[in-house]
Amino acid sequence: MSLVNIKIEGVPYQVEAGLTILEAAKACGYEIPSLCTFNHGECNQGSCRVCLVEATGARGLVASCVYPVAEGMEIKISSPKAVEARRRSVELLLSNHNVNCQQCLKNGNCELLHVAQMTGAREGAYQGSHSETYLDELAPGLVRDTSKCILCGRCIARCQNAHGLGILGFENRGFKTFVSPAENRSFANSPCIQCGQCVSVCPTGALMEKSEIGKIDEAFRQGKHVVVQAAPAVRASLGEEFGYPIGTPVTGKMIAALRRLGFERVYDVNFGADLTIMEEGTELLHRLTEGGVLPMITSCSPGWVNYAEFNYGDLLPHLSSCKSPHQMQGAIIKSYWAQQMGYDPKDVFVVSVMPCVAKKGEKEREQEKVNGIPDVDAVITTRELGRMIRRGGIMFNRLPDEEWDQDIMGDYTGAGVIFGVTGGVMEAALRTVYFKLTGKEKESITFEEVRGHDAGIREAAIDINGTVVKVAIASGMKSASVLLDEIRAGKSEYQFIEIMGCPGGCINGGGQSYVRPCFLPNESDDILDTYKEKRAKALYTEDERQVIRQSHNNPQIIELYEKFLGEPNSHKAHELLHTSYAARERFA
Amino acid sequence: MAKLSENAAKMIAEICDRYKDEKTPLMMILSDIQNEYGYIPLEVQELVSAKTGISVAEIYGVVTFYSFFSLEPKGKYIIGCCLGTACYVKGAQQVIDKFSEILKIKPGQTTEDGLFTLDALRCIGACGIAPAVSISGQVHPKVSPDQVAGIIEEIRQKEGMSA
Repeated sequence: MSLVNIKIEGVPYQVEAGLTILEAAKACGYEIPSLCTFNHGECNQGSCRVCLVEATGARGLVASCVYPVAEGMEIKISSPKAVEARRRSVELLLSNHNVNCQQCLKNGNCELLHVAQMTGAREGAYQGSHSETYLDELAPGLVRDTSKCILCGRCIARCQNAHGLGILGFENRGFKTFVSPAENRSFANSPCIQCGQCVSVCPTGALMEKSEIGKIDEAFRQGKHVVVQAAPAVRASLGEEFGYPIGTPVTGKMIAALRRLGFERVYDVNFGADLTIMEEGTELLHRLTEGGVLPMITSCSPGWVNYAEFNYGDLLPHLSSCKSPHQMQGAIIKSYWAQQMGYDPKDVFVVSVMPCVAKKGEKEREQEKVNGIPDVDAVITTRELGRMIRRGGIMFNRLPDEEWDQDIMGDYTGAGVIFGVTGGVMEAALRTVYFKLTGKEKESITFEEVRGHDAGIREAAIDINGTVVKVAIASGMKSASVLLDEIRAGKSEYQFIEIMGCPGGCINGGGQSYVRPCFLPNESDDILDTYKEKRAKALYTEDERQVIRQSHNNPQIIELYEKFLGEPNSHKAHELLHTSYAARERFA
Repeated sequence: MAKLSENAAKMIAEICDRYKDEKTPLMMILSDIQNEYGYIPLEVQELVSAKTGISVAEIYGVVTFYSFFSLEPKGKYIIGCCLGTACYVKGAQQVIDKFSEILKIKPGQTTEDGLFTLDALRCIGACGIAPAVSISGQVHPKVSPDQVAGIIEEIRQKEGMSA
């Protein structure tokens, strides 16, 4: 590593050669206001001109996010010229921006507002025309409002990097430029998989999840029996909404908050995850022993299911027919639970709290409904739950730790918890498959070889009493497509594949709390590299703390099968817990 | 979405293959498609995307960035009115307005009979003969609004489509 000598505001520093001025300054303790750049240059267009500084050897001011340091360079961040230039850049962005900050759901996490405050941008400094704007609210999960777009290109880069999809692009030229799917189509008419990764990087309110809080309010107003269930990954991120360090599990406080929001029952989707393992594990064993379509691929991630339907319609028989855990649990709430409570399923309203944006669309799929009734009525993200808690005046950090409701589906196992991280479904399934094949539990319980917390492909050969099961795990569609192309070419050597839509799995879902270094002064500088691992650890720790760690040992699951479903993959189970898929045209 | 004919798909695939060894083949591919196929609709872009691995949104972005590329079929005769500085001060705006009025189309559009497309061009390097109008490659010098009707009629007669 070679070093160069630079000066910032006259003070000498030695920094790594090859860094941009922005990175070098950060290392020396200066935060230059910046906007369009993101995540080690994942997006680095130098387009917003917010990070301008003076640097010797350069003509005029330079965009510090793209300009590299050089030996002997003298940098001025707080010279009047640089300060004024940055302020004017922000003012120009604001002059073509829909500044309705008070109603904007991004308020509090808006990076444009942050740099406006940092630079002292004046309101209405430049008056003039506005670009024509577009509002797309047709898709079930995502809203695109170009009136708030600053054309930074982060969303375009993320969609390409995570999935190789490139749904979004710049359209037209100059003042007429806007970001959209091709032909300025709605997300709903494009092959967008609704993962929400674009939302998680958008610096402003231009890309947001479609809020369903209003639906929940309405259900309460109508006096419905409103039941809530929260996914495993939510507990690993919700704390961030209230200032907890990333990776702090807040299960007990989340339950307490949900109860204070008035839900009749507060359930853990982990029960549904255990149920999924029973169904999916059994399905896998059938396929293995009866010559079914292999490899079998998990179907818990609706982003992945969307991707498969758009791009690999020929491989759909490989997908497990199992619904995802919250859909399964919703179906059980509206049948088994409603029956026991003496409720008409039509009066029961199921809310899922998810780390996910695609789940909003999943619940609306016709193939998920049972006799025309949806399993789940509203899906809110981790961020939306944060909003509901704040709106209700609940002081989250003062809440006591409470327990899940214990009737009927309160028990859950460690296997359910780890669903939230890439490799987790695979491990949970293997724990049960191991038992089914050998008649005894695996001594060490865990399958470390399938664990991880990032995108990329992992594979393992699991020897179960002489039966070798070859498995692979991928998250993010870029990795997934490698495994899928192998299957298509007839070269896949696996029996079981886990695929999650978002890189790293649900812990990095598009509905999770935003990870924005500028709003996280107490997190380490490398937080964008480490947050997934930290959230994953929260889930693995919860798994370790569980007394029961295999889905098939969950007493309430056993009871559910005895009293209601019969056995895994029974007729009744198929009616309630399984679904189907259909190839879709990419640009219908 | 409309489906491409088999012949068209073959032609687009063949054009993509011409540049398969290029590092950044998109502009060349799109130029050839524009010239040989006449326009670059979404179904063509999807095929280019499948052949090159470049996303449809990116291709669409390039197509809508450059006015040379067209999403819709162009007319048999492309009337390009230069609106560069020299032509403009010599009255090019009145000339293009006259074309618009007679053909009943705006710049960028094509007449219903598919005969004419009207384009506004930036400087075509013919400042000495401003205002210049290029019709399918042939440049008409010092065009006045009065001449416009005659220019159109001449082409229509040639095509046997006189009004």
